[in-house]
Amino acid sequence: MRYHPLTPEDRAAMLSRIGAASVDALFRDVPESAVVPLSAFDLPDTKGELEVDRLMSKLAAQSTAAGSVPFFCGAGAYRHHVPAAVDHLIQRSEFLTSYTPYQPEIAQGTLQYMFEFQTQVALLTGMEVANASLYDGSTATAEAVLMAQRVTKRPKAILSGGVHPHYAETVETVANLHGQVLRAPVTPGRVEDLAGMIDADTACIVVQSPDVFGLIRDIGPLADAAHAKGALLIAVVTEAVSLGLLEPPGHQGADIVACEGQSIGNGLNFGGPYVGLFATRDKFIRQMPGRLCGETVDAAGKRGFVLTLSTREQHIRRDKATSNICTNSGLCCLAFTIHLSLLGEEGLTRLARLNHTRAAGLADRLAHVAGVNVLTPSFFNEFTIRLPKPAAAVVDALAEKGILAGVPASRLLPHDTGVRDLLIVAATETCADEDCDAFAGALSEVLS
Amino acid sequence: MTMSSQGRPTAPGTIEANELPTISGDRGLDHEEALIFELGRRGMTGVDIPEVQMSETRLGGQRRKGPVGLPGLSEPEVIRHYVRLSRMNYAIDSGLYPLGSCTMKHNPRLNEKMARLPGFGDIHPLQPQETVQGALELIAELMKWLTRLTGMPAVAMSPKAGAHGELCGLLAIRAAIEARGENRRRILVPESAHGTNPATAAFAGFVVDEVPATQGGHVDADALEAKLGPDVCAIMLTNPNTCGLFEPRIIEMANAVHKAGAYFYCDGANFNAIAGRVRPGDLGIDAMHINLHKTFSTPHGGGGPGAGPVVLSERLAPFAPLPLLVHDAQGFRLIEDRAAVPEGAKPFGRMCAFHGQMGMFTRALAYMLSHGRDGVRQASEDAVLSANYILASLKDVMSAPFGEGPCMHEALFDDSFLEGTGVTTLDFAKAMIDEGYHPMTMYFPLVVHGAMLIEPTESESKESLDRFIHVMRTMALEAKAGKRTRFEGAPRLAPRRRLDETAAARKPVLRWKPKELPQAAE
Amino acid sequence: MSETRFTDQHEWVRIDGGEATVGITRYAAEQLGDVVFVELPEAGRKVGSGGEAAVVESVKAASEVYAPVGGEVTASNSALTDDPAKVNADPEGEAWFFKLKGVDAGEFGKLMTREQYDEFLKGL
Repeated sequence: MRYHPLTPEDRAAMLSRIGAASVDALFRDVPESAVVPLSAFDLPDTKGELEVDRLMSKLAAQSTAAGSVPFFCGAGAYRHHVPAAVDHLIQRSEFLTSYTPYQPEIAQGTLQYMFEFQTQVALLTGMEVANASLYDGSTATAEAVLMAQRVTKRPKAILSGGVHPHYAETVETVANLHGQVLRAPVTPGRVEDLAGMIDADTACIVVQSPDVFGLIRDIGPLADAAHAKGALLIAVVTEAVSLGLLEPPGHQGADIVACEGQSIGNGLNFGGPYVGLFATRDKFIRQMPGRLCGETVDAAGKRGFVLTLSTREQHIRRDKATSNICTNSGLCCLAFTIHLSLLGEEGLTRLARLNHTRAAGLADRLAHVAGVNVLTPSFFNEFTIRLPKPAAAVVDALAEKGILAGVPASRLLPHDTGVRDLLIVAATETCADEDCDAFAGALSEVLS
Repeated sequence: MTMSSQGRPTAPGTIEANELPTISGDRGLDHEEALIFELGRRGMTGVDIPEVQMSETRLGGQRRKGPVGLPGLSEPEVIRHYVRLSRMNYAIDSGLYPLGSCTMKHNPRLNEKMARLPGFGDIHPLQPQETVQGALELIAELMKWLTRLTGMPAVAMSPKAGAHGELCGLLAIRAAIEARGENRRRILVPESAHGTNPATAAFAGFVVDEVPATQGGHVDADALEAKLGPDVCAIMLTNPNTCGLFEPRIIEMANAVHKAGAYFYCDGANFNAIAGRVRPGDLGIDAMHINLHKTFSTPHGGGGPGAGPVVLSERLAPFAPLPLLVHDAQGFRLIEDRAAVPEGAKPFGRMCAFHGQMGMFTRALAYMLSHGRDGVRQASEDAVLSANYILASLKDVMSAPFGEGPCMHEALFDDSFLEGTGVTTLDFAKAMIDEGYHPMTMYFPLVVHGAMLIEPTESESKESLDRFIHVMRTMALEAKAGKRTRFEGAPRLAPRRRLDETAAARKPVLRWKPKELPQAAE
Repeated sequence: MSETRFTDQHEWVRIDGGEATVGITRYAAEQLGDVVFVELPEAGRKVGSGGEAAVVESVKAASEVYAPVGGEVTASNSALTDDPAKVNADPEGEAWFFKLKGVDAGEFGKLMTREQYDEFLKGL
């Protein structure tokens, strides 16, 4: 096996030093009833690189890659152009094959980019402090709700109907263990009255902007309403590029921001791995989940970075930790950091403006298709249209024509009959004019 | 107060700068590198994106009022910056990385190539399912490997890391207990457990009750049995355990747990010692997460991303979270809706958005297909053989609390061989850095004083192991002979000397701030 | 007339008039290493004997501080929050954690004297 350096002679010599007759002797603590021969595993034997490549490439060819067709899917995962330098750099051995930076003297590379990442996230969200990332946007949102429950010592979390349904379900899974989750009704293209739902038991209001239908929300008044009653405001963002154009939640009074960072530096990857951005106020640092990197000096007085405030974490605090999270999303957070460094202020602004312009252009084109209504009056790079028939069937018909037209709202909200005809459409800088034309043309064919 | 023996110097003091100072501050191949925010200039960018005329009428009045504050750099500057940073990192590709319980094995590059195939890497999680059949088949294939290697009937794929998998397993157990109309809340966790175990149990709303270890480093099965009762929901046990030992009474413990109406959660962090030789299903385990980034070699990436699928017994399988993957006449299908699940399924909820860590699934499957069942078994055997070789080669000069052996995939030492030398576990570990090695895991597991946990993995040649053994022996002998220079203030040859963790924690500086703003986080 | 007593959890408590002052022992501070953070109870909080009253953290460890005797918190030493290093510098003096009123003399009497505590440390 090409990955195993030991030869049969090596193994014999090693056994001899150990004083064991065979490898089996090393497994002597395994109860006899649990000892099985290799044939007990109904699985194939070893394969060369060429064979594996061939097998897996064949499998990969059975899916329609987003880049091979006009593509308009979003709803929490966005296809952007990632500069070639990003993938090259994250594949450097020193980043790819290192562990968590527990030995800071020989892990300054990882620690420094974590510090840069934390700064970028704080700047982008307009918050004071950010951690070194969580698994993804949905789990970051769940952690934010748990944190709000800890900070306020109140049980109830109120979720806007515009929060991505997968995120809401993820929150329910954990936050119901420690309190209760209330989901406001779904109102595509409009805002609901969340302020009126806040009471003395409310730990937090969770609101997403742009919401799952693409609607840009004004979260400032909600933050004020939450604060007036002693609750926190959690802002959720699923499209990080939007922060290049829109007012950041931190400037609108958000106490915690949970954001999916996939769209900067990371591919679609069929849903994972992604990178959860988590930012908050300085006063809540000790209630934060996840890894934190901090600046310090070494014994020679040189600036350096270390993991810090670890007493919040599971390896020290055990059952009293703020979260059970152990890893962060290391390499994905590196990809985010490099891509954002490449973009810089200028690049990010241009990218965000280009995204909005593409989406606005597509919305105008689709609005001219008979029977189509654009539901979202304001949006970033994603909007929702109402079709004259169920959106899932239309999406399937368009897929037949080689167009991936977006995400039917019914995929996310299968029991909400009110959204059956709604299609969530995203257009990023990767959508060419001819893709948009093809979409509009094919849609009018399918609807006629 | 609760006492801790983990306290150790975290403020290194100061030392004299050594050697000839250079004009640039760089030293040969070792470059100092500023923060990205201290580089660059206004208006520069490393990505060419057209400037467009944009109408603001559809931004809901929410347009950003000020700049983000990002620096501008060209592509060559950004590449140089991150290449220089990378050179300050130790990595498996550059040397032996004996970090116990972390499993730093070789990361084959084929796996990276496979994960980047557009049919896996460039597909959207919510594309019509007919257009992602290849990806779904890949997940199904990986599920087959995981269930067959573990001898378990089902597997939940969505957990994003080991700790997330633990949570998934415990929530399945909680749902199963509730479905029985019971309200059990106590979870038994050995004191040697990894910190995530008690943290996860508390996170999932359970009360943690610790089980002591025996003198031999195993879980005290009698103490465990004595603690079982009608309020015990589950035990959470690592096997092989965190001392690197297989639990010989594991089946007995499983039977006792089941008899008491509880479930057996196994932390699969150390599955890499037994994969291809022992099936957890044969040991009476009800749920076990598998760290794909350990056993199946998806790269650690400086701390993630990981993946933690959870295999489940017949009794827990119905409670697996959404989405479920099924195969029927129409092909492969993800069931994302609670109302559409097959008969008998009662999913407890959803762990995260979408369907799990596809990028890790691809890499893990490439690893499995390359190894085959025989290669997986060989990997476990070589890992165990190498750890025992190290144990046998070092135990006369270092001190191995459970040294009568054999161990599994990692060899555990304590600091009693350093007693009276003035050298601590920390000093010893830091001196390894100067020798070109990444230190072993230290001060874990907590049940051993000054623990040093060495996991060589199957990826090292005998020559590499022999060289490591030679260095370790020499260091141990020097320490015992009172030669302390090598250890005091080590490392001396790394990009940084010991860092002041105390200062970092007392006045946290967690981000860069422009000069005009106050530096300290208040 | 003040007297100091000790717990087997390494807290000390000194009674001065009607008020008890609580801190952690020198031994505990040394075992913790450099203290980086202290969380103190608010005035007015009632704690039972042996109840969790404060938290003290070093870089690598976090410990609960238990109330050696029951009572109502009258004051916390905010100087520790600003400068946690004081706990290492003068654990049994300036770095007291909190003060209690309404303390039961019987509970206090059951705790170890200095001599008993020193003896207890030798056995660890």
